[in-house]
Amino acid sequence: MLTATLFLPLVGALLILLFVNGPRVRLVAAAVTIVELVLTSVVFYIVYQDGTDALQLVEKATWIESLNVQYFLGVDGLSAPLVFLTGLLGLSAVFASWKVEVRAKEHFFWLLVLQTAVLGVFMSLDFVLFFIFWELELVPMYFLISIWGTGRKEYSAMKFLIFTIAGSALMLIGILVLYFSTGTFDMTELGNRNLTDLLIPAQMVFFLFFIAFAIKLPVWPVHTWLPDAHTDAPTAGSVMLAGVLIKMGGYGLIRINTSMFPGITSDYSWLLVTLAVVSIMYGAMVTLRQSDLKRLIAYSSVSHMGLVLLGIASLGGTGQVSAVGLNGAAMQMFTHGTITGLMFLLVGQVYEKAHTRYIPDMGGLASRMPFLATALIVAGLASLGLPSLSGFVSEVLVFLGAFEVWSWPTAIAVSSIVLTAGYILWMIQRVMFGPEKPRFAEVGDASLVEAIPVVLLVASIIIVGIYPALITDVFSSTLNPMVASRFG
Amino acid sequence: MTAHDIYLIAPEIALAAVAGVVVVFDLLLRDKRLLPYIAVLGLLVPTGFAAVLWIDVGAESSGALTGLFDTVVVDKFALFFKFLVLSIVALVVLGSRDFADRFHRSQGEFYGIILLSAVGMMLVAATKELVSIYVSLELATLPIAALAAFMRDERSSEAGLKFLLLGAVSSALLLYGMVLVYAFTGSTHLDVIAGSISSGSVPFGSNVMLVGITLIVVGFGFKISMVPFQMWVPDVYEGSPTPVAAFLSVASKAAGFAIVLRVFYVAFGSVDVDWSALFAVLAVLSMMVGNLVAILQSNVKRLLGYSTIAQAGYILVGVAAIAASTPDGGVDGLGPSGVLFYLAAYAVTNLAAFFAVMAIANRTGSDQIDDLAGMAKRAPILAGVLALSMVSLIGIPPTAGFMGKLYLFNAAVSSDLVWLAVVGVLNSVVSAYYYLRVIKTMYLAPAESEERITYSSPVFVAVAVSAIGILLIGVLPGPLFEITESAVRTILPAG
Repeated sequence: MLTATLFLPLVGALLILLFVNGPRVRLVAAAVTIVELVLTSVVFYIVYQDGTDALQLVEKATWIESLNVQYFLGVDGLSAPLVFLTGLLGLSAVFASWKVEVRAKEHFFWLLVLQTAVLGVFMSLDFVLFFIFWELELVPMYFLISIWGTGRKEYSAMKFLIFTIAGSALMLIGILVLYFSTGTFDMTELGNRNLTDLLIPAQMVFFLFFIAFAIKLPVWPVHTWLPDAHTDAPTAGSVMLAGVLIKMGGYGLIRINTSMFPGITSDYSWLLVTLAVVSIMYGAMVTLRQSDLKRLIAYSSVSHMGLVLLGIASLGGTGQVSAVGLNGAAMQMFTHGTITGLMFLLVGQVYEKAHTRYIPDMGGLASRMPFLATALIVAGLASLGLPSLSGFVSEVLVFLGAFEVWSWPTAIAVSSIVLTAGYILWMIQRVMFGPEKPRFAEVGDASLVEAIPVVLLVASIIIVGIYPALITDVFSSTLNPMVASRFG
Repeated sequence: MTAHDIYLIAPEIALAAVAGVVVVFDLLLRDKRLLPYIAVLGLLVPTGFAAVLWIDVGAESSGALTGLFDTVVVDKFALFFKFLVLSIVALVVLGSRDFADRFHRSQGEFYGIILLSAVGMMLVAATKELVSIYVSLELATLPIAALAAFMRDERSSEAGLKFLLLGAVSSALLLYGMVLVYAFTGSTHLDVIAGSISSGSVPFGSNVMLVGITLIVVGFGFKISMVPFQMWVPDVYEGSPTPVAAFLSVASKAAGFAIVLRVFYVAFGSVDVDWSALFAVLAVLSMMVGNLVAILQSNVKRLLGYSTIAQAGYILVGVAAIAASTPDGGVDGLGPSGVLFYLAAYAVTNLAAFFAVMAIANRTGSDQIDDLAGMAKRAPILAGVLALSMVSLIGIPPTAGFMGKLYLFNAAVSSDLVWLAVVGVLNSVVSAYYYLRVIKTMYLAPAESEERITYSSPVFVAVAVSAIGILLIGVLPGPLFEITESAVRTILPAG
């Protein structure tokens, strides 16, 4: 089941590369991602039904005997929502690329390969396998940005790649040290061991992983690749980048850093909390100053991903540690994925029609494109944390959890809500409202194909906002026992 | 010399005979295009002999057959390199099919000399006596000097002469080192040398051996294009015919590392000198110099030249990792086994890169990176394979290069050389920059013409086989791991 879910996009990609030509390429890609969405939903449902922290749908086979490497897939409450998110955004990305005419075949090929790579990261429970998928994702993203991007696309693609590969190089050393010290690449087994007596101090191993994931998340000061990459990527690329790729960083932090090195996580939580607060505040302030619509959303991601780190940092500090903050961090990954994915999708469509992303040039678009304007408002309100939309749930959980142990830093971070409300509302006001401009007289609303992913994502934001337990129960089924056993 | 001796070197004898046959057919045949087919068919004979020896050696309790006055040893280690060299030669012969048209009437000599050089490379992995090592190394390198000068233009002649002169200097140093070792131990046989070192019968203690060992390292360093003996590499790669550069970059390097491992593990294994640290330092230098200078290159062949220096550095990481062992104390020799694995992975990767470059340059007439522009459109398969090989050289999965690096750096970590592994992975990051430039040019820069790049079917076979090799080793590395592990077991000290 997991193997099929994992490799379906890759198989689809190869089919497209070898057999499909012309306009049918996008139909095949759409069909593949629709089936994929169904499969990932089933995976999510199975984990949801189970409701415990047991691994589901495990597939295990020896792969490289002499190195004790396994083909080991499985999902639990932490990975299942992210797998579902990947299915959802993979489909959105394909629909977002509907109008790609330049080298369309390659575009959909790389998009589908990317989906398999990201799914692999969330499903792999063997370190070598995990690392392979982690690196595999680089190549498609590099091509997506550098071929179909805009602006300084080659520079941004290279920057993205060099940053990520530098992080993963360090992670590889961490993995090899763990392997040498324990004799296994099995992540579940490593999670149950007491990893203190390693070849090099365990703190160093912790930071080898932390740097890799911090780059990906991204955390200030290694965030600088993100605004460039997100801004210059094509719409589908931005959706995947902001929606799922940076979640790999948060996933890694929870799956590896906190669950394998609980002691070090709480020892260094002062550092995590500092970085988190700086990311949140710095990201929010820089966002306020942006005049490029895409760059604005990109910087807002830095701020929002800081919340993930803040939630993780709530596992240390003074006071009673609880799983609330960590649940919030995980939830923030899911909600940010849908919200920002939707934002990039909308911005891409607006840009396609209005031919500008420069905010001062825009205005009065709401009357020309009421559907897109409504969706942007929903996404914006969710992003600033309006109750009854999904963003609210995760922010509240993070702040609640973090306030218990880090009251002052959290108090500072909470003030970012004001900034967020500022840049989001100001952006919507400048882009959608105000006097109608004559240059946009011919601009129309979204077509049916463009509307499909928008509707899907808006629906998920509202549903999760109204009934958050759908997702939070799944996360907490794994995270609560994890925190209880390691931080209790 | 007995029949058994001849049996032991039957693959080499057969290969030399194939070289002769190819030259004879060159005189008889009107259509020179058949020559590569004849050569590849002929290669089946030495391959068959080697396969028989593999089975025979496996049945032997010591895992090795020795002969020819105790100078030649056939074990799985030697046979691994025989198979590797034979596969490389077969691919190079096929891949140079289009290029060889430029040699007009001397095509037979071209193939013949390549095969003769391969004889030396096969032999060198199977020698365990200093004089035989020297002779077989010369047999491997001298033909390459002739091949490098094969184009008869200024660049090519310069390449040939440079290779010959610097090769001669390094051989002289190598010989001098061997003389010193002989002077202190009284023998040229590796196992006797090891015996007198470990029994402490070397006058002045084993530290004086260091001079001899250093000179030997210098001599081998030239063959494996290791810093600081790499100066010849870029010029020779740029000037010599591309198939020769391809052959040189993989086969010569494999043979060089074979003899480095054999000499250092068998003879100097017990020298009380930390030569692991020496190789670690040389590895760092090779990686850094190769990678940093490669960034500045604009010619693909020079780029691959510097890249091969950097790759030698990665392989040296494995040589330095002599103390490697698995955490549960299981199979020993992760370092040397990683070297063998990486050599095979590097061979398919670099050959794929060279074949693709060669096929493209054969039509465009240029080796400049900028002239690869738009190849994604003009030659989708070649561009795809070249991109794949670049990805493999960086070490991104799912390619052979990734598995090779995983294996080598794992060996480094398990020998407590974490810092060396860190330097290694950071070098991979640097290398990503210039390898990606090749991909970027092919896929992003607009094409200057729409003309498709055409190539013959032998070239296609060579390209396809090496590309499949990259993916196969990258996805299913298990069998190759097992082969390399059983191959190094025979050269490791017992226990």
